[in-house]
Amino acid sequence: MIRIEPRNAPGRLMTLGVPVLSAVIALALAAIPLALAGADITVAYGEMIKGVFGSVFAFSEMLTRATPLMFTGLAAALAFRAKLWNIGAEGQLYLGAMAAVAIGAGAVDIPGLFLIPLIIILGAAAGAAGMAVPALLKTRFGADEVVTTLLLNFIILIFVQMMLEGALKDPMGLGWPQSAPILDQGMLPQLMPRMRVHSGLILALVLAGIAQFMLARSVWGFRLRAVGENAAAARHAGIGVNRSLFGVAILSGGLAGLAGVSEVAGLKGYLTADLSPGFGYTGIVVAMLAGLSPVGVVISALFIASVFVGADSMSRAMGVSSYLADLVVSMSLICVLIGGFVARYRITRSKPAVGAT
Amino acid sequence: MMDILQILLSESFWAASLRIATPLIFGVLGALLCEKSGVLNLGIEGIFAAGAMCGWMAVWLGAGLWGGVLVAALAGAFFGLIHGILTVPLGLSQHVSGLGVTLFATSLSYFTYRTALPNVSSPPRIEPFRALDIPLLSDIPFLGPVVFQQTAMTMLALLMVLVVWYVLNRTALGVALQAVGDNPDSVDAQGLSVYGLRIGAVMAGSALMALGGAFLTMSAFDAFFFGMVNGRGWICIALVIFASWKPGKALLGALLFGAFDALQVRLQTEVGAMVPGQVFLMAPYVLSIIALVVAARKAEYPRALLTPWFKGQR
Repeated sequence: MIRIEPRNAPGRLMTLGVPVLSAVIALALAAIPLALAGADITVAYGEMIKGVFGSVFAFSEMLTRATPLMFTGLAAALAFRAKLWNIGAEGQLYLGAMAAVAIGAGAVDIPGLFLIPLIIILGAAAGAAGMAVPALLKTRFGADEVVTTLLLNFIILIFVQMMLEGALKDPMGLGWPQSAPILDQGMLPQLMPRMRVHSGLILALVLAGIAQFMLARSVWGFRLRAVGENAAAARHAGIGVNRSLFGVAILSGGLAGLAGVSEVAGLKGYLTADLSPGFGYTGIVVAMLAGLSPVGVVISALFIASVFVGADSMSRAMGVSSYLADLVVSMSLICVLIGGFVARYRITRSKPAVGAT
Repeated sequence: MMDILQILLSESFWAASLRIATPLIFGVLGALLCEKSGVLNLGIEGIFAAGAMCGWMAVWLGAGLWGGVLVAALAGAFFGLIHGILTVPLGLSQHVSGLGVTLFATSLSYFTYRTALPNVSSPPRIEPFRALDIPLLSDIPFLGPVVFQQTAMTMLALLMVLVVWYVLNRTALGVALQAVGDNPDSVDAQGLSVYGLRIGAVMAGSALMALGGAFLTMSAFDAFFFGMVNGRGWICIALVIFASWKPGKALLGALLFGAFDALQVRLQTEVGAMVPGQVFLMAPYVLSIIALVVAARKAEYPRALLTPWFKGQR
């Protein structure tokens, strides 16, 4: 008789081992599609590694790619801790980016010392507002936030396209649907000469540290975890559940908005409707791989970014579709889910009673 | 105003509405089956993409249209099996598992399509389902042109409404399936397999979702495009709540939705100059959110929805 039994709290080895093992298995599983695509597997993996660690530039590209994923990963991790299913980071990212160009592309011409914080604050506020709507629909009307945030992603993206053909359109843009560029003094400073990696990365790291500390040590973090683990019990204990949910919604949306600010004011300079190749959705994988821990988000964002940058480079070298990266990312999510199960439960086989003849 | 009335009374308008509603009918029925058994299936968006790609690819490789429909359904059932195993015996978060299945099914479909057709500039086309002209029935005034001059897949979707309604309400299997979504302990006490019922329902529901995707590449269009599902799966998840998990209301919801979409296309040509086109593109998603908000308060969710059940553990 096979039984599934819960295990005591999983040890440190399990909490660290499961995500690492899941990532490795997902990467190994990529060999199957690679083989089916007719690629030499060892060469392909070699190209992927070279694409990330082959040069300082390659590595800096990986860091550049990881930056927005850290923001969206943090957005998902905080919300999911409270069992608030914010799947709308993609839309909130675009709201943040839109706010950044709305204020940064010449609306005000002030020194960078003031303009950069202004862009950051407004971008975060726009993202937060984008998550406040589904949070209110949930607490007021009981409308499931999963569906509303997912649908809002589409609405916001269409809205961005509308603005890029209307109010935000660059008059000098030769008719392309893109915004005017952010003023030079409003751009986030680069970290290394001739590399694209920018100080949005520093902001993400600092915020991850703050989130980690707040979650573990503050009353706010305690409330958030209590609401996530058992909302009914938290309510009974006098915690304002709706207030806590709304608070975390604002933070989560704000972080996702910062992903947009960071992309537009750190990297691209102007806004187009293809700013994000799904950073919002990938952030969910980043958060799950991190076990919803903010510091873990930093590490898993680096891993996922490596997969994307490595697969891109491999794809260019070998002609294998770069959708392979998305495949590896989705497989690592499924692997970490199963791994989490294995860590929390154990499968035991109850032996037939001895001597029961 | 006269114009709108004229549109609303025309046969071609309602025929277009039913055509637009068809993938949603499949999707809502599929989501309904899963949720009735207690499992939310957010894999729907990816399963749509997989159904669209697999069905199209099968036809392109020469399997024939109905062969394509079968392949799409099997692909859907396969991803349903993954979601079923993750959420039923393993009891993992239905939200996250569903999103995982969406990402997996979408990326696998895209990767397969790109690998099979590496260097095509314009997507290859197939000969899609043609509109039928059923003798006698299509001569019925109004109903004839609206219902009986559609493609076979729309007929199949309407048939599926009846089948799902019949199975849920008139068969022992349906009673058990509804019970497993409300009170799995009672089903277990009767000696039925909770795991089996739930996984079976998720697989069947996912197969239906995949048919919704297959309609896109094999009936609405004749080729596969990246991003062609475009949120239709998520709209279905909202429509199930709007339909209170009833097949008849699901059909009605999908039809109303299709009608609204057909109307906006026609309005766009009338007032297009005054309003940016994107306002019309946004409308279906806004409408879904409104439908959700209106229905949410009085929605009677299957009581065990989202709640995992483990054997021998109460």
